[in-house]
Amino acid sequence: MPDHPTGSDTLPLSLTVNGEARQLRVAPWTTLLDLLREDLGLIGTKKGCDHGQCGSCTVLLDGKRANACLVLAVVKEGSNVTTIEGLAGPGGALHPMQAAFVEHDAFQCGYCTPGQICSAVALVEEGRARTPDEIREHMSGNICRCGAYPNIVAAIEQVLAENAR
Amino acid sequence: MYDFDYHKPSSVADAVKLLSADPDARAISGGQTLLPALKHRLNRPTYLVDLSGIAELRGVKREGDKITVGAMTRHIEVQNSPEVKSAIPALAYMATVIGDIQVRNRGTMGGSVANNDPAADYPSAVLGLGATVVTDKRRIAADDYFQGMFTTALEPGELLVAIEFPIPEKAGYAKMRNPASRYVMAGVFVAKTKDGVRVVVNGAGPGVFRQTDMEQALSANWSPDAVAGIKQASEGLNSDIHGSAEYRAHLVSVMAKRAVTDAG
Repeated sequence: MPDHPTGSDTLPLSLTVNGEARQLRVAPWTTLLDLLREDLGLIGTKKGCDHGQCGSCTVLLDGKRANACLVLAVVKEGSNVTTIEGLAGPGGALHPMQAAFVEHDAFQCGYCTPGQICSAVALVEEGRARTPDEIREHMSGNICRCGAYPNIVAAIEQVLAENAR
Repeated sequence: MYDFDYHKPSSVADAVKLLSADPDARAISGGQTLLPALKHRLNRPTYLVDLSGIAELRGVKREGDKITVGAMTRHIEVQNSPEVKSAIPALAYMATVIGDIQVRNRGTMGGSVANNDPAADYPSAVLGLGATVVTDKRRIAADDYFQGMFTTALEPGELLVAIEFPIPEKAGYAKMRNPASRYVMAGVFVAKTKDGVRVVVNGAGPGVFRQTDMEQALSANWSPDAVAGIKQASEGLNSDIHGSAEYRAHLVSVMAKRAVTDAG
């Protein structure tokens, strides 16, 4: 077995981040969140509690929402990661969920918003939540300290309604 | 986090070899408990053995009168499994009330059952259904497996591989969630099986335990009213900022009644 590793030990890692293939080297203890923010400069994904309780670091991992703070980057070799920076369309056109958040004023300070939006995009994709109660239940992993919850639910309801048309 | 090395074996045999070679090695499944512990520096593993590359640890199978869930099966997969939903709907329901979707997309049944957090959900289903915990070395009956807070019959280097659930006639689960953390304040799993009735309490005490007064009452009369009047003693139950032992004891009766109603 190897001796205790030193801080210089890194492992190769291939990831697709927001559509772009990246060949990286990371220390085994690097979380996906720290990789995104510190190494790739994608600071839209926020570090709130860093313990999987607040959801502000929510990203889409192979299309499923996850707390980036509770995923070791090396574990996700070969995965597809989408962050808030990857949601907008060509030319910077807002994703419908981003547009709905703006329209409904679904934030105050905005710190939890990237995680809220990534989570809400996955909620729509999952197709399990329809009613406001179901939306609240399925957004329970994302906390908003400012209490913008009614507006967040309204924004998600609007996107669900648009998709149902 | 302290620094550590990383291995990703592709077989149970290789994982066990790595875990047995060093007492300070740790297995990582979904990481939803281990990573917070590492960040608090409660743990200093020399290396992590990532179980996510081991295909034989994944998936749900129905064989005869039992459902086998691989240790690396994620909560979301249990929640969505057609086999679990049809054979043990209470187990599928339980998965839907674990944490939040971010956690359910990553967390695994094996991780939860190996960790045996007093506030975990799955241990009550494992004990309540009289399941068998299968490791790389042996088969452990649920009654022998859970040994109190964060303690199980697993030995150092022993790997939980799967859990076999006998399919019950009826089962139900009810849980009072802490509204912020969604951890269980008190939960009750009830099951009517061919070997008798089982009632298991989780979240209220330092570990899961059988509520034998309620088991007797339900054996005589399977109905919500049969358990509603049975009081759980508060001695030994958890008391913290979220609720006193007396409050949790009261919740046990309420949750038992709801679990029986849920079981039908």
